[in-house]
Amino acid sequence: MATIGNNNLNAKLVLLGDMGAGKSSLVLRFVKGQFLEFQESTIGAAFFSQTLAVNDATVKFEIWDTAGQERYHSLAPMYYRGAAAAIIVYDITSTESFTRAKKWVQELQKQGNPNMVMAFAGNKADLEEKRKVTAEEARLYAEENGLFFMETSAKTASNVNDIFYEIARRLPRAQPQNPAGMVLVDRPADRSQSAACCS
Amino acid sequence: MDEEYDVIVLGTGLKECILSGLLSVDGLKVLHMDRNDYYGGESSSLSLVQLWKRFRANDKPSEQLGSSKEYNVDMIPKFMMANGALVRVLIHTDVTKYLNFKAVDGSFVYNKGKIHKVPATDVEALKSPLMGLFEKRRARKFFIYVQDYEDNDPKSHEGLDLTKVTARDIISKYGLDDNTVDFIGHALALHIDDNYLDEPALDFVKRMKLYAESLARFQGGSPYIYPLYGLGELPQAFARLSAVYGGTYMLNKPECKVEFDGNGKAYGVTSEGETAKCKKVVCDPSYLPDKVKKVGKVARAICIMSHPIPETSDSHSVQVILPQKQLGRKSDMYLFCCSYTHNVAPNGKYIAFVSTEAETDQPEVELKPGIELLGPVDEIFFDIYDRYQPVNKHDEDHCFISQSYDATTHFESTVHDVLAMYTKITGKELDLSVDLSAASAAAE
Ligand SMILES: Cc1cc2nc3c(=O)[nH]c(=O)nc-3n(C[C@H](O)[C@H](O)[C@H](O)COP(=O)(O)OP(=O)(O)OC[C@H]3O[C@@H](n4cnc5c(N)ncnc54)[C@H](O)[C@@H]3O)c2cc1C
Ligand SMILES: Nc1nc2c(ncn2[C@@H]2O[C@H](COP(=O)(O)OP(=O)(O)OP(=O)(O)O)[C@@H](O)[C@H]2O)c(=O)[nH]1
Ligand SMILES: [Mg+2]
Repeated sequence: MATIGNNNLNAKLVLLGDMGAGKSSLVLRFVKGQFLEFQESTIGAAFFSQTLAVNDATVKFEIWDTAGQERYHSLAPMYYRGAAAAIIVYDITSTESFTRAKKWVQELQKQGNPNMVMAFAGNKADLEEKRKVTAEEARLYAEENGLFFMETSAKTASNVNDIFYEIARRLPRAQPQNPAGMVLVDRPADRSQSAACCS
Repeated sequence: MDEEYDVIVLGTGLKECILSGLLSVDGLKVLHMDRNDYYGGESSSLSLVQLWKRFRANDKPSEQLGSSKEYNVDMIPKFMMANGALVRVLIHTDVTKYLNFKAVDGSFVYNKGKIHKVPATDVEALKSPLMGLFEKRRARKFFIYVQDYEDNDPKSHEGLDLTKVTARDIISKYGLDDNTVDFIGHALALHIDDNYLDEPALDFVKRMKLYAESLARFQGGSPYIYPLYGLGELPQAFARLSAVYGGTYMLNKPECKVEFDGNGKAYGVTSEGETAKCKKVVCDPSYLPDKVKKVGKVARAICIMSHPIPETSDSHSVQVILPQKQLGRKSDMYLFCCSYTHNVAPNGKYIAFVSTEAETDQPEVELKPGIELLGPVDEIFFDIYDRYQPVNKHDEDHCFISQSYDATTHFESTVHDVLAMYTKITGKELDLSVDLSAASAAAE
């Protein structure tokens, strides 16, 4: 859930979509400005954070990539617990990935938090010659289901920052909620703080 | 599934998930399966609908209890010692980033029919109504000895070799009476019976120190912390760690039959007609029932309430220990309560547990002294489960089986079992010497 302090918003963002749709590539482009032609299937780091300034506030995204647990239908509910935003990614050159993406939308509507900001990303927009899913079809679906839609390319960077920026803009600013808990961190030095709790 | 794995882990209980995570981080190829379609096995947290399905299949929860989804009722209720072994594992593996915690409000002990705050420091000892005037002074001296005791500072030992003298010896040196020993031993050192009295005092003193240091850590009313949304989050967080390091996850796999070769050595696991090969199998007792023996049983009551446990200063999360002697029993009884403040129930609702190592087959009767302390309850469920221990030889069959969760209120024994299994599986010791005094808590 988005939490606020001094105009700083913390927001958990999850990525969902078929294997190879480009989830990790979108994050890598957004967080590090890079693109790898042969991005390996996700293992290793699957957690990033990145801060964006929007109008009056800064939004710090905590970005969760799936780590492959969804492949055998075994994604843990904790993955979408408390998520303020989700990007559902499909590959415009694969109708199967589009079908899968629609299933994820249903799943999120069932499991996720009702105020979640959902973005629908038709990725690999640079591969126009191989396109199988039209932008019109996807836009229509997105509108019917209350998502906002963009076609992106992690390769050319087209619309990548824009989609995160648009999410940041749409995050609800004030949400009544339980006070957040604390995260245990390994923070060397600064012993004076070691007993401080902040709930 | 027809690949070969280093390790196949069966069951997604907390112990199995921690092991799966540690092994994947070590670079082993891990396949993790569960017969259920949810994570956590015995250590999951249930929604109301799931709770009813499990205990009252013919009935539905009443509307007044609120939304089913807002409940996360632990099946193995425990708190985490703020400086304890599980926190060390969480920090060591960096799994903390997936979880949010809150301190537990209170820690109490039952004494002569009443509930009292557990005094954990010399200052609190002086204020505690648990002791008379002279006993307070003696207890204070003992607390100071424990606080000052450092392994590597012989001066602080006051001439006692704690690896030799027993807990009983050190208690009599300070002249503490039985009543004081009862709450110190059970509510501070968290011993579950009185066997510790005749063992070397070092463990007893270290447990008291752990309690006091954990208490100081977050300046709450207890040495405990607890994750938002319940303990079911813990196995999921470690499963994610495992997946992030390449572990493969398959839930909802029926059967999960371990296959053995002619020499009785496990070589794979079959589910739905497919066999995945592996070098080692790690599992909870339910996956290899022929290789475990029953060692005891736990009796418990799970209650939904609309108020905190009376006489606990309105604590929204609390532990109360009822030492065995206070009830004329052989093992302690525990009350555990959590609420909407930890996101385990809707606003205004509390989940309380009464649990103990069962000495009879009648949990309703046996748990009565604990239940009476709760006041009126909205709903109550009784349950009794068997505890198992492995009896196999892992060097022969390559199977590594965890012990069932015990009735203790914290995770120290759980992590102890995990670390021992890790060493058996890998031949390595896990170094958990993270600098806890440096580790701290940050606002989300
Ligand atoms: C834990 C979990 C993981 C999911 N993973 C994915 C995913 O990776 N990609 C995706 O597009 N949607 C995924 N979903 C969404 C899911 O596919 C749809 O919610 C579901 O298929 C809705 O249709 P249904 O209820 O008819 O199917 P169900 O009754 O859920 O499924 C019908 C059968 O298909 C199997 N199945 C369904 N989806 C998958 C899958 N993705 N992988 C393997 N077997 C499957 C089921 O195990 C079941 O045997 C997942 C949902 C959950 C809860
Ligand atoms: N042409 C093109 N290729 C892309 C784009 N985005 C990703 N790819 C490629 O598609 C492949 C898969 O991308 P990933 O980012 O790994 O996809 P993923 O969704 O994270 O996949 P999993 O982690 O396996 O679920 C890689 O080879 C990428 O280089 C894009 O916008 N355009
Ligand atoms: Mg990926």
